[in-house]
Amino acid sequence: MLDIFATPFTDETARRALVAIVVLSFGSAPIGVFLMLRRMSLMGDAMSHAILPGVAVAFLLSGMNRVMMTIGGLIAGLFVAVLSGLMTRVTQMKEDASLAVFYLVSLALGVILVTSHGSSHELVDILFGDIQTIDAEALYLIAFNTTLTLCALAVIYRPLVMECVDPLFLRVAGRAGALAHLVFLAFVVVNLVSAYNALGTLLAVGMMILPAGTAQFWSRDISRIIFVAILSAIVSGYLGLVLATATDAPAGPSVVLTAGAIYFLSMIIGPAGGLVRRFAPGRHLEA
Amino acid sequence: MAAQIQFNDVTLGYDRHPAVHHLDGEIAPGTLLAVVGPNGAGKSTLLRGIVGILKPLAGSIALRDINARNIAYLPQIAEIDRSFPISVFDFTGAGLWRSIGAFGGLDRHQRAKIVEALGAVGLNGFENRPIGTLSGGQMQRMLFARVLLQDADVIVLDEPFNAIDTRTSTDLLALVRRWHAEKRTVLAALHDMEMVRANFPDTLLLARGAVAWGPTTQVLTAENLAVACRMCEAFDDGAAACADTKPAQAA
Repeated sequence: MLDIFATPFTDETARRALVAIVVLSFGSAPIGVFLMLRRMSLMGDAMSHAILPGVAVAFLLSGMNRVMMTIGGLIAGLFVAVLSGLMTRVTQMKEDASLAVFYLVSLALGVILVTSHGSSHELVDILFGDIQTIDAEALYLIAFNTTLTLCALAVIYRPLVMECVDPLFLRVAGRAGALAHLVFLAFVVVNLVSAYNALGTLLAVGMMILPAGTAQFWSRDISRIIFVAILSAIVSGYLGLVLATATDAPAGPSVVLTAGAIYFLSMIIGPAGGLVRRFAPGRHLEA
Repeated sequence: MAAQIQFNDVTLGYDRHPAVHHLDGEIAPGTLLAVVGPNGAGKSTLLRGIVGILKPLAGSIALRDINARNIAYLPQIAEIDRSFPISVFDFTGAGLWRSIGAFGGLDRHQRAKIVEALGAVGLNGFENRPIGTLSGGQMQRMLFARVLLQDADVIVLDEPFNAIDTRTSTDLLALVRRWHAEKRTVLAALHDMEMVRANFPDTLLLARGAVAWGPTTQVLTAENLAVACRMCEAFDDGAAACADTKPAQAA
């Protein structure tokens, strides 16, 4: 009976998928926590659209080459992230609005480029990547991105937190806020591109937002929230792959579905604002 | 004494519309200055200009012998995301930014300083509470604790006593007086004229331009206050470009 938790990982492809998803969790989950705390959850979604044209163009130029496609996605995503970030800083435009402008423009541009050269069938194949086809090269790429992400987060952590909670303070006291914000946006893109390799562009955001949402029901302290988010991302990755093998379902959606299930479970039993606590809070305290 | 902050015909505003119009004047080190005026008079705008968040539309604000980072700024409470999951201790600790920077760790001495600052504003035992659980008054106390830790030569407070009960504002006013005694420059945007008369030696009565600026007793006259109310006209979409280069009297 317990075999179903181990047998999926007897062959190398499946093991690679498991490693990929675990490594991905370490980068995507903390990024997702900050996205959510900055009320930018949907912005991750928008950003993943901005990556599409870059990936597609790279595919048209160099064929099914994961490294080239990743670079293409990075360029497109970073371009949109940095420009929209700058636009927010320089003008009165809110982040979400300027991002929407840029991703719409870049998406439209990408579609025009692609339809002029390639078939839509190939494109769909690329855009909904499959974790079972991850090769060693893609795995290194994900590991590299995650390492970079963790280092960068360690460096910008304090300015980033302050930038979220009290942006004016940083603009007066440290001037590091704008830089931290831009670096953060850049790493949203890096992790989206990473996750795209494993889960496809549309579901890539799932590894960011769902664990982050789950964690919010477990703690009210940012560092613990990040820890719980990483943990829940790893657990959903593992259980999702087990589920995929057991039911012969596609891996990416299984992982995201599992993360969703954990989210709803946390919503019910989580100690920080979960439903059980809300409707049965227990007797009030003395003080 | 030489000016520490000098306004040279400065105009501050949004979208080319001035909120502070052609202001001249200077603030000497160690001044305890109240900035008063009706809503929309440009008090917050002026303070934002001083701390460098808002660039002047024209003219300049010069800081002499003082680094822009040596200014502690307490914004209006609404600017802070109170739902953010951060503890009172960590939030207040950001006041040590100048000494620990973005990456430095906290040593025991600095931890003690944070606890001490929280004690000084009456928030003992609140260290581990998330900031979202604080009341309005407690929140303001915490912000004062952060200003304490910043140990700045110039302290800029934007309506620090709004919607705060008497006891809290009395406690916090004591801190303001302590800063004044320590020869720091303190500027505060305020609404309560009684509080200004009782505690602030100098006052700037602002209504886009300076209506009066000087010792509080000479500034806060019924006549000046009436002028200030009249001068605070509406934001005019069709306003022509200002050709005036000298301080405008009736803007």
